Amino acid sequence: MKRDFLNYKIAELSELQDDAKRKAIAYFHERITAFNPELNAFLEVLPLSANYSSGSLSGIPYALKDNILARGTRTTCASDILKDYISPYDATVTARLKAEGAVLMGKTNLDEFAMGSSTENSAFGPSKNPWDLNRIPGGSSGGSAAAVAAGLVPFALGSDTGGSVRQPAAFCGVVGYKPSYGLVSRYGLVAFASSLDQIGPLTRCVDDAYAVFKTIARKDINDATTINNGVNLKANDLPKIDLKGIRIAVPSDALDFEGLDERVKSRFLEFVERLTEKGAKVSFIELGILKYVVATYYLIAPGEASSNLSRYDGVRYGERVESENYEEMIKKNRDIGFGDEVKRRILLGTFTLSSAYYDAYYRRALKIRRIISDRINKVLQEHDFILNPTTPTLPGKIGEISDPLTYYLMDIYTIPANLAGMPAISVPIDPVDGLPVGVQFMGKRLSDLQLLSVAKEAEKLSGAYENGLAKLPERWLHV
Amino acid sequence: MYKTIIGLEIHAQLSTKTKAFCSCQADVFELEPNTAICPVCTGQPGALPVLNKTVVEYAVKAAVAFNCSINLRSSFDRKNYFYPDLPKGYQITQYFTPIAENGYLEFKLDGNEKRVRIRRIHIEEDAGKMIHQDADSISGASGSLVNLNRCGVPLIEIVTEPDISSPKEARVFMELLRDTLRAIDICSGDMEKGALRCDANISVVDEESGTSSNRVEVKNINSFKFVEKALEFERERIIKALEQGTDVDRETRTWNFTKRETISMRSKEEENDYRYFPEPDLPPLQLSGEFVEKVRKNLPELPQQRVQRLIQQYGIPEYDASVLGSDVKISLFFEEVSRVTGKPKDASNWIMTELMREINQRGIPIDEMPIGPEHFKVLFQLLDQGKISAKIAKELFPLMVETGKTPDQLVKERGMEQISDEKLIEEIVLRAMESNPKAVQQYRDGKKNVMGYFVGAVMKETRGKANPAVVNEIVRRLLES
Repeated sequence: MKRDFLNYKIAELSELQDDAKRKAIAYFHERITAFNPELNAFLEVLPLSANYSSGSLSGIPYALKDNILARGTRTTCASDILKDYISPYDATVTARLKAEGAVLMGKTNLDEFAMGSSTENSAFGPSKNPWDLNRIPGGSSGGSAAAVAAGLVPFALGSDTGGSVRQPAAFCGVVGYKPSYGLVSRYGLVAFASSLDQIGPLTRCVDDAYAVFKTIARKDINDATTINNGVNLKANDLPKIDLKGIRIAVPSDALDFEGLDERVKSRFLEFVERLTEKGAKVSFIELGILKYVVATYYLIAPGEASSNLSRYDGVRYGERVESENYEEMIKKNRDIGFGDEVKRRILLGTFTLSSAYYDAYYRRALKIRRIISDRINKVLQEHDFILNPTTPTLPGKIGEISDPLTYYLMDIYTIPANLAGMPAISVPIDPVDGLPVGVQFMGKRLSDLQLLSVAKEAEKLSGAYENGLAKLPERWLHV
Repeated sequence: MYKTIIGLEIHAQLSTKTKAFCSCQADVFELEPNTAICPVCTGQPGALPVLNKTVVEYAVKAAVAFNCSINLRSSFDRKNYFYPDLPKGYQITQYFTPIAENGYLEFKLDGNEKRVRIRRIHIEEDAGKMIHQDADSISGASGSLVNLNRCGVPLIEIVTEPDISSPKEARVFMELLRDTLRAIDICSGDMEKGALRCDANISVVDEESGTSSNRVEVKNINSFKFVEKALEFERERIIKALEQGTDVDRETRTWNFTKRETISMRSKEEENDYRYFPEPDLPPLQLSGEFVEKVRKNLPELPQQRVQRLIQQYGIPEYDASVLGSDVKISLFFEEVSRVTGKPKDASNWIMTELMREINQRGIPIDEMPIGPEHFKVLFQLLDQGKISAKIAKELFPLMVETGKTPDQLVKERGMEQISDEKLIEEIVLRAMESNPKAVQQYRDGKKNVMGYFVGAVMKETRGKANPAVVNEIVRRLLES
């Protein structure tokens, strides 16, 4: 029986003969062409090309979130202000994937400049959740998550500033992994909040996440925040880990959070039960910091964003509006170039960085960030991992939520990993009413391999998988 | 009586090969616009800065030379503002923790010892440059051109305490600062080319009433002369206001080169809020004590140390030493000439006057001059042996510089040997006495300065080559016999 390319893991795809690989590339290209009009996962689909080098990802099709540069392609950040921007160089991750033979199929949709949790804030329209086209795929890497969840590509890269890889992975029923800060170069990732941003893969299994991670992670001379000797990436396979005796902390304050959907909570507790049955030592602990994380995040991230986005002034990028003077001109340019959410965060960031308020807000947020980090470190000295639902809710309907604060609170479980620079991964567990649910493991800084190993064990306890890969919704199975 | 209080903020461009945060060429002064740029220095989306190690080394050199304490851990921050020549929308600088603090520079002025404290030295990157058409600033210009070559060029900013008490002192301080930067070889020191830029804060205190004026900032002063001129102008303007019982506005002004006055740029209310915050793209800069010690140990001799050493080692006057010592190349040349000739004072005289004049007139730096210590050695020998007069020597000097030939070659080629032949000189003098007996009588009647007439006659006939000492001696003898 001829196996469908959808049932291959990355390692298996890369072992195909050249003609089979070319067929696989054409197959995924055909799927993208057929399904993207409904999903709006891709903002740009590249012409079919079978040029690829040999390497560990030889001939593997993939997609890039459209805030990551690939020389010669448009990088819009889903913003009007960059709609005509052609990348003049390759991001480090792009170059490394290319060097290992991966084949870029296109650029995926996102919340403008990665600001949002739904991929509704795109200048080019929202992406759809492959499980229910009326629902959001999550964000901001919603296009990448939808592309992987509908089987348009075996993997896609996203960027995760407060949960932007893990949350859409949870909403779309795929694996989303944010590596430890500093392991993956940000060179060529359009900056949102530099001290929090980290590029991570969206895949249909943890093995695939590891295969991609192995290729993109390591010190980059172009990114001074990358580190040496963080993690041993030589091994072909993930180290084995035994769930027996593993110490897992579940923050009970996360489960007490009033925004937590009861259905998500019960699925999560069922999953915890399965872990316990396998011998994991689960303790419910008081993390004690959750009530501060959203506030801290929304001081630091917009502060950095307001600075990172000041280069888009309509002089070099975007449309230029004729004006009386320079100040007037940049005001008008930025007014027509940016969407509401981006403007909201720029205003917030500009305010909190202003000299009159810096001490009261930004400096204090930096201190609290340190406290949050210390607290997580403390818990992770006593436990191997922290486990919680990836998101408090199921994916909502497109256009349903108009209050930005409600969205901000939806990142409460994912933000701590970004504030503390820890690795974290979302793995799909059994769905509720046909909608995916994810759980998140967070590990110590630079414990990425152990984290991936435990996530791989978790996959075995999940009802979301078939033959080692996350299941796809029926409707996308056949072109 | 009024007391003047001046503090300076000096930007020095570091003479590294590459820019502060990328590998673009750093010396962009004469390049075509927008030819030394890359994604990093033009702030393309996704580009990230990577700190140039040499920039750190140079900053530490400056910190050591200016007696600063060095922060082994410093950090980078962003200074945010909008301007088309600032492609990222922010400048990377060190605001919260600079690389060095609490230094000083000492010098002598009008016989008094002066110490100017240095508050801080920090690393930062330069912005680009704009050319506005039909206006002085971007507002009202019919068009503006942006040259991003200068973006990311490494600078250090040196901020003094308000310890400077006169415009002249400010100038002398700036000159010493330049000499020091040149001595440690981290900055060309050319104000005219923008490699050294100076902003000054000035206020005046009426010592009788104790009232103090507002502080005025004078920006973009681009020559050593203008440092003094602009501050003198500003000082007078402030005193005038105080005498009229008012005060100047607290504002930023700029020196207008053509009008020779300062003009208002902006008031304090228009000042930017730079929204400083820690630069998340660069980890804190951690230096090792060994690194700093190594820089300290390898630091070349500083101008003032050199001046003291020249006085002691060569026995030349303080004035000579300070002129020669201010420039490392000149002083090295002086030492070489002294060593070869064994005549430091003569060497000093010749270098300070004749050689420096040639350097200035020809605009050729000393290390490109075609003459070396050998030339001086021969020149001094010819003088000692009486083969040429001092006058001839001075005529010879520009020829040496022009041709690179040694003075003995030139003397031979052009027949410029000194004539000390007594018989020949006697004959000429006697002939002159015969043809002007009146002058001889005048001398003998006591009008001694007539002697010059006879000396002149000899010089005229020998075309200046006669040995003046011999001529004087013969003229006197014959007139008095």
